[in-house]
Amino acid sequence: MSILEIVILLPVVAALAVWLGAPARATSVGAAVLNLLIVLGLAFQFKDTAAAAEGGLAFQNARVVLENPAISFGVGADGVSIIMALLTVLVTFAAVWQIAPDKPAIYHIASQLIAGGALGAFLSTDVFFIYAFHELALIPTFLMIGLYGHGEDSYRKSVAWKTTIYLGAGSLVLLAGLAWVVLEYSGGGKLTFDLNALRAQAAAAPLSADKQGVIFFVLLLGFGTLVSLFPLHSWAAPAYAAAPTPVAMLHAGVLKKFGLYGLLRIALPLLPLGPHVEWVQKALLFMLLGNILIMGFVTIAQRSLDQILGNSSVMHMGYIFLGLAAGTEMALQGAVLLMFAHGISVALLFAQAGRLRSQIGTLELDKLGGLGAHAPVFTILFAFGTFASIGLPGLANFSGEVMVFLGAFGSTGSTQIGPLQWAVILSLWGVVMSAVYMLRAYREIFQGTAKAGLFMKDPVFSQRIPLILLAAALLVVGCYPTLLLDLLKNLSLAKVAAM
Amino acid sequence: MPVQDAVSPLPSLLLLLPFFSALVILLGHRVLKGASVAISVASATVCFAISLMLLHSKDSAPVLLPFVSAGKIKVAIELLVDQQSRGMMLIVTSIGLLVHIFSLGYMKDDEGRVRFFGALSLFMFSMTGIVLAGNLIMMFIFWELVGLSSYLLIGHWFEKASAAEASKKAFLTNRIGDFGFMIGILMLFAANFGDVSFLGLKQSFASGALHQVAANQTTFMAVAAIGLFMGAVGKSAQFPLHVWLPDAMEGPTPVSALIHAATMVAAGVFMLVRCAFVIEASAAAAEIIAWIGGITALMAALMATQQNDIKRVLAYSTLSQLGYMVMAVGLLAMQVGGHHHEAGPGHPAMFHLYTHAFFKAMLFLGSGAVIYACHHEQDIWKMGGLRKHMPVTFVTFAIGTASLMGVPYLTSGFWSKEAILGVAFEVKGGSPLFWIGVATAMLTAFYMTRLFVVAFLGKPRTDAAHHSVEAPIIMVLPLIVLALLTVVTVFDKTAVWLEAMLPQHAETHHTVLIASALALVLGSGTAWVLYKGKDKDPLNIKLFANKFYFDEAYAVIVKVFQDALAWIIAGLERLIVDGLMARLPAYLAARVGSAARILQGGHLQGYTFLLGLGVLLVIYVVVFVLPAVGH
Repeated sequence: MSILEIVILLPVVAALAVWLGAPARATSVGAAVLNLLIVLGLAFQFKDTAAAAEGGLAFQNARVVLENPAISFGVGADGVSIIMALLTVLVTFAAVWQIAPDKPAIYHIASQLIAGGALGAFLSTDVFFIYAFHELALIPTFLMIGLYGHGEDSYRKSVAWKTTIYLGAGSLVLLAGLAWVVLEYSGGGKLTFDLNALRAQAAAAPLSADKQGVIFFVLLLGFGTLVSLFPLHSWAAPAYAAAPTPVAMLHAGVLKKFGLYGLLRIALPLLPLGPHVEWVQKALLFMLLGNILIMGFVTIAQRSLDQILGNSSVMHMGYIFLGLAAGTEMALQGAVLLMFAHGISVALLFAQAGRLRSQIGTLELDKLGGLGAHAPVFTILFAFGTFASIGLPGLANFSGEVMVFLGAFGSTGSTQIGPLQWAVILSLWGVVMSAVYMLRAYREIFQGTAKAGLFMKDPVFSQRIPLILLAAALLVVGCYPTLLLDLLKNLSLAKVAAM
Repeated sequence: MPVQDAVSPLPSLLLLLPFFSALVILLGHRVLKGASVAISVASATVCFAISLMLLHSKDSAPVLLPFVSAGKIKVAIELLVDQQSRGMMLIVTSIGLLVHIFSLGYMKDDEGRVRFFGALSLFMFSMTGIVLAGNLIMMFIFWELVGLSSYLLIGHWFEKASAAEASKKAFLTNRIGDFGFMIGILMLFAANFGDVSFLGLKQSFASGALHQVAANQTTFMAVAAIGLFMGAVGKSAQFPLHVWLPDAMEGPTPVSALIHAATMVAAGVFMLVRCAFVIEASAAAAEIIAWIGGITALMAALMATQQNDIKRVLAYSTLSQLGYMVMAVGLLAMQVGGHHHEAGPGHPAMFHLYTHAFFKAMLFLGSGAVIYACHHEQDIWKMGGLRKHMPVTFVTFAIGTASLMGVPYLTSGFWSKEAILGVAFEVKGGSPLFWIGVATAMLTAFYMTRLFVVAFLGKPRTDAAHHSVEAPIIMVLPLIVLALLTVVTVFDKTAVWLEAMLPQHAETHHTVLIASALALVLGSGTAWVLYKGKDKDPLNIKLFANKFYFDEAYAVIVKVFQDALAWIIAGLERLIVDGLMARLPAYLAARVGSAARILQGGHLQGYTFLLGLGVLLVIYVVVFVLPAVGH
């Protein structure tokens, strides 16, 4: 049994145990801590594995499920998967730790199931299971929004419903795209879902550029819907605003990255020419600029913290797509780093928004103010999230963003300002917009004088732990991004893309 | 003389010490309490000592830490110790230390004292990073970090709405500048094959890839240079992004002295001089930079003539002097450009930066002592007669004022101003900028005399001024030290230990000398005549008092181009994207399916069943139907 299988199963088993009546908090937090330690251990060990040195998959194992079509429950991890797994266990730990003791056990069950599904998707090597695990993680997300979400009954029902339809439709488009890829690359009269086999086939007998472009675009729409690529994004902000805190943390922080991970892991290696077909690239650039600029303005217009966070989370996806669109090694590594950074920072912010809501009862900026004087520790931790999402150097998001910008702008000695360079320049304006809405929110919540009757306590020490952990992760990775980049060192994400 | 070798740990220590100080205070302020303050001051002291030790070290470029890398391209946290950074480091750490000491007195009773000193350490760290940065990306990193510490310190009294707004305004205005800065960096990064280290760029401009670009692609070069310059426009508060600096006076006065007068705002000038080779490569950019500097110098001086808040007068004066420095950068690049003759190590803009740092920090700390003595009164018309009550502050402030006005031969400000006017004078074919410089000098003499006469001379106009007493020794001491540094003419060749600061350009021209002496006499004399013994301002120029209505104009722009546009786009997004792509299908689905009814029932089982069914269906299709279709 591969250690990765344990990592995937642990949260699922924990969820099962809680469902069967084990003490919810202890089981759930225990499993999260254990998984965090295991994945940290794996990350340290990973660099020494032979697979890591040659950019392959480590900790591999496969169990054949079906002979024809060839489906096997295969696991394996390269640097990208390890980073995503790290993100998952970190956010899971924070998310289950911060669940208040008076919440029903279903909070823990759902969180653990989302974590298990996400880990399964990130660590599987079989397209079928990658897809299935993601679907598994989506179900508790919908449920929790519909059953325990914020807002009035009918509102959260409609949000859950909208999210379900949206993501369901996206998943179907994705499925069509995946099926297409599988059909195209399955050789010898036998369908295979094994990513390694598909990659070998893609390298041996690549499709024509035109065809790659079309399939890539279908996958882009499918995966893109899951990542809230403009204009397929309108499920995201209301879903996050309505979702219970741990679900918002896990979905915005972790599960949403699945679409990006899929593009990196499945679409780019199998269809390396796809994003470079002119119309596909142009379409992608337009869409990601929609994410950054249009959603930037939309976020500025919001007057409530949960809406700001939800919309800004959509906006920031644009930078990651920019990295994918550029396709250089620097930009792709930056995109991976940014996936991690965004996940941590948005989880931190959603955790704190949840606390604000439960203590004060509102997230509307007009009703808040002056909390900095009551709750200095909370304020400092919120500042970490705020400044990380603004892209302040020293916090993880900046490292990712600057790599995306440098990588996308190019370093070939060329002085041409092409579509990609223009996209970078326009995206840079998004950095200004982020500062506008985040600092406005920070100003109106924490600065100034407190409104009458508004009071908030600093979290006690044990409640600070998850927040401090996330803030520390932002700081450490921000100051020393090499820590994560080392995991990607021999991977050459762009090698296939540059063919 | 101890000579450091290339791997000396001193520069790294200089950078890391304040970082750890800030980190320890952040993590341990609850336990450490007052000791936090001691840590911060100790760190500043050691940093000053290290800067002194570095003065005679060899040039070196140690790599501290890898930052990001991919393939062959590596961006590192690397330091560059050379004449420019050694000189600037001495300024930053010496004034930093004095401000730390001054703050011990000034912030004694402040509740947020520990937070204040923590942010001060963060600032020292960030500023050291800018000064020692070995490449543009590292400079950008610390560039943003000084922005953060400035934000934190302007908003120190964050419960005050005006302070909170001012800190936000400062950060956002700087962000706009940094937008251009980043574009400039990216363009150089692209054109120079991913190398933006200062040494690499210099090499490339001399005889490498960028040499060709500069010769053949003037537009590209000009845009890149203007991009970098935009960074300086934000940080050094040049027109049209100057609006944040006067508001930044909401911060505690020691902060205004250190960050918003002596060091951080000068970082823009420091960066431009670091990147002088970029500006020299584009004649158009050099000219634009010179003019922006000149406009800022003149405009801010005009605004300063009608301000009544003692700190605001000094703030506009800072704007004006920064404009002077920027103008010098542009002018010198115009002269040097095209000839590929290397600019010497000491730049007149840097020289003025150094002298200005001392006397302006002194003036600000002096104003802090005054404000402290007058119970937080900042209106000069409510002061008066402070000469008798605060003799030491009076004398030191007089020395600072003399230096800012450029009293010939005695003050350091004179030499550095002459150096800049000299450069303006030497421009081929003459330049109106020389006369703008002279006019600015005249206005400077005018508003400083006005400030001095109204606040310190005459009779006390309020009780607060009447009962003012000299500030405690811990605050007066830094004033005296700074005043001494102001009159020790840095220019003196015997002061070898200040070699790092010597300017390259110092030929005297008689026209320059006469013009600036006349400007001084005229400006100062007019103010003396106008304001001697007056209780209220005989002049009333609304346009200057209201700062040319920039704030009002920008408020409209922000309303229209940001808030209104955001409102419209958000509405359209809701209408089109959400309406078309989500509402409509949802509505149809809800109409069609009975599934909707299950959902509205809200039963857990309903959901689970529905979704479980969906997944099973998907699995079935993929596993059994697809293969059949495909083959």
